[in-house]
Amino acid sequence: MAVISFIDAITMAMREEMRRDPNVFVLGEDVGVRGGVFRATVGLIEEFGEGRVIDTPLAESAIVGVGIGAAAYGMRPIAEIQFADFIMPAVNQIVSEAAKMRYRSNNDWNCPITIRAPFGGGVHGALYHSQSVEAMFTNVPGLKVVAPSTPYDAKGLLKAAIRDEDPVLFFEHKRCYRLIKGEVPEHDYVLPIGKADVKREGTDITVISYGLALHFCLQAAEKLAQEGISAHVLDLRTLYPLDKEAIAEAAAKTGKVLIVHEDNKEGGVGGEVAAIIAEQCLFELDAPIKRLCGPDVPAMPFSPPMEKYFMLNPDKVLEAMRELANF
Amino acid sequence: MATKVLMPQLGESVTEGTISKWLVKVGDTVKKYDSLAEVSTDKVNAEVPSTISGRVTELVVPEGETVAIGTLILYIEEGAEAGEAAAPTAPAAEPTVPAAAPAVSASGLAAAVQAAPQPSRQEAAQVLASAPNAAKQRYSPAVMVLSQEHGIDLSRVTGTGAGGRVTRKDVQAIIDAGGQQPAADAQPAAAQTTAAPATAEAQPTPAAPVSASSAPAAPAAVSAGSGDEIIPVTPVRRTIASRMVQSKHEAPHAWTMVEVDATHLVNFRNQAKGDFARKEGLNLTFLPFFIKAVVEALKEYPMINSTWAGDKIIVKKNINISIAVSTEDALYVPVIKDADQKSILGIAKAVDDLAARTRAGKLSMDDMTGGTFTVNNTGSFGSIQSQPIINSPQAAILSVESIVKRPVVINDMIAIRSMVNLCMSLDHRVLDGLVCGRFLQSVKQKLENIGPDTKLY
Repeated sequence: MAVISFIDAITMAMREEMRRDPNVFVLGEDVGVRGGVFRATVGLIEEFGEGRVIDTPLAESAIVGVGIGAAAYGMRPIAEIQFADFIMPAVNQIVSEAAKMRYRSNNDWNCPITIRAPFGGGVHGALYHSQSVEAMFTNVPGLKVVAPSTPYDAKGLLKAAIRDEDPVLFFEHKRCYRLIKGEVPEHDYVLPIGKADVKREGTDITVISYGLALHFCLQAAEKLAQEGISAHVLDLRTLYPLDKEAIAEAAAKTGKVLIVHEDNKEGGVGGEVAAIIAEQCLFELDAPIKRLCGPDVPAMPFSPPMEKYFMLNPDKVLEAMRELANF
Repeated sequence: MATKVLMPQLGESVTEGTISKWLVKVGDTVKKYDSLAEVSTDKVNAEVPSTISGRVTELVVPEGETVAIGTLILYIEEGAEAGEAAAPTAPAAEPTVPAAAPAVSASGLAAAVQAAPQPSRQEAAQVLASAPNAAKQRYSPAVMVLSQEHGIDLSRVTGTGAGGRVTRKDVQAIIDAGGQQPAADAQPAAAQTTAAPATAEAQPTPAAPVSASSAPAAPAAVSAGSGDEIIPVTPVRRTIASRMVQSKHEAPHAWTMVEVDATHLVNFRNQAKGDFARKEGLNLTFLPFFIKAVVEALKEYPMINSTWAGDKIIVKKNINISIAVSTEDALYVPVIKDADQKSILGIAKAVDDLAARTRAGKLSMDDMTGGTFTVNNTGSFGSIQSQPIINSPQAAILSVESIVKRPVVINDMIAIRSMVNLCMSLDHRVLDGLVCGRFLQSVKQKLENIGPDTKLY
């Protein structure tokens, strides 16, 4: 099995799906000749031509809107939002149209669109190239929100998203693109959307995370293991709908839960995870449910020290994990 | 001193770069911003500018090697040879201000960034420090559940958590070890399934004991001598113990007693019992008369029929009388519901039914709950005085002692009368002596007025 980067897994998934199904096509800003600003679509226009790899104007509402129309007619669009920060003009299309199409047409129409969006910070991208916007979409029934953290999961979940009969919003942490590498099978496989994954077994504390922060958790867990603290790490993978069963199971395992995400704390996905645990696991809990998240400020600052302050890192996570373990 | 030059961040999402060509060699003099090397990444090709002026002393990374952002790539000896060229633009003493971001990630800023989250941790530490043992008796839901399911006395568990808190792991370790706590721990499941439903669900159970000498739940380290018999504590016994301790601990008990002339009651009952047994198939005992008198007095003094609820006192509308029923090894307190709506016959039947079902182990949950006042028939085993423990959360308990013939003074003459003591313990948070005295006087009066006119039905 080849060890490849996160972004190569994304590209591989798209290429395989485009080969498998002629209805799959890609559209977005600079996805064609340029191969995407992150190079996620590199090589696709050469293989599939400009009819299936479409450079669009700088108009996110149109990128998603065109995708929705095509999806309604049986195509399988993969719409790329260059940075998740730019998704705002397309929110109306995603929330009011894509997410509701099946429901409001009484099942006559559906909308199998996949919307890819790189999110997150730590790349000196400042306000408009670093945000985590997932929480805005995790309250929209009809939409699925996926955020893988490993190359293996990225490929399997992106293929599942493309084949899904309903809209899937697919968030890729841009810092993971080239930082995170892992084994990815070259054959075809699909991972189920809506299922979390235990990335590390442990007995002292449970850490629940996703995206880049999950890797910080795993690194911290590795260090803590040397101190004799055993951490159980759950990767949510899908942020909406949440895998409530897996969350409750992981929480019950140790009774001490830390939820970690880069997105702002208040109103973040972690709040919902905490609520699920509070509802289902009161009598398993041995400590208050804790959250370690980005600060509640409008966006990622540009100043490197400020960005560093905003961002999580393995040390911050380790400190929070150790504190919970000692509770 | 040689200054380190690191691989700079060359673009968003770029994590590594390849030194494709060095543009300087060891010994070269460079000025700040001079190009040092060509670097290629999968996004861009770029040149690495020098962060200071000086002389190159070592190239750390060979050409063609790919390294992560922030990796040391070469050393530059600051100042040497470059003095006059650098002077106008960059004062030599100034610490390196990197053009590219990554150098910022070096140690200098780590302190500033780490300082920020510090206060919250300090606060947390202070909270713990200010109350060193505060956490010891703060039990989490998981700890409560485990300790209750396995009959573990938490006051005897040494906590390993913050501030001595007992953690779920601490309790689990005891359960896994199986031996540390009393034997009852070992088979909680068996105990629960074999016991009749009423005993298994023993929480709302016992309270009305005979004397105040009940042993506390956890005596400090008592060891058994050779030949001593060790009796495992059953779940019911454990519940009794903890309820007794709880009541004694929470409710300040005050005690009072009145003596009642029961001569008329004895005469009336002796005269009525034969007829009653024939008609009702039931022995007419004294207890229903006492309960009846208590219930009527409770109607007059509803405060007695109340409960302490922290910031308020709840006066109960229903009058449900708990009666203490002993078995060989335990004590149960089933409840006569709405006793104020029952005749003496009704009460007699209820007492008979509850006693029979208690001894048969067939009490239901409903039979055990809802009591608002307890009557304890200690006279049945010859006691003439007792200090009952209140059946928490009730406000008072009354025990009926033995009826004995005693010489008493009536109108300055000595007479032989059937006398009975009524002993009452009261929760002094809720009740004071005055209201209890009046209540007891009322009970006494009702009992002494029993006679041919008293209605059984």
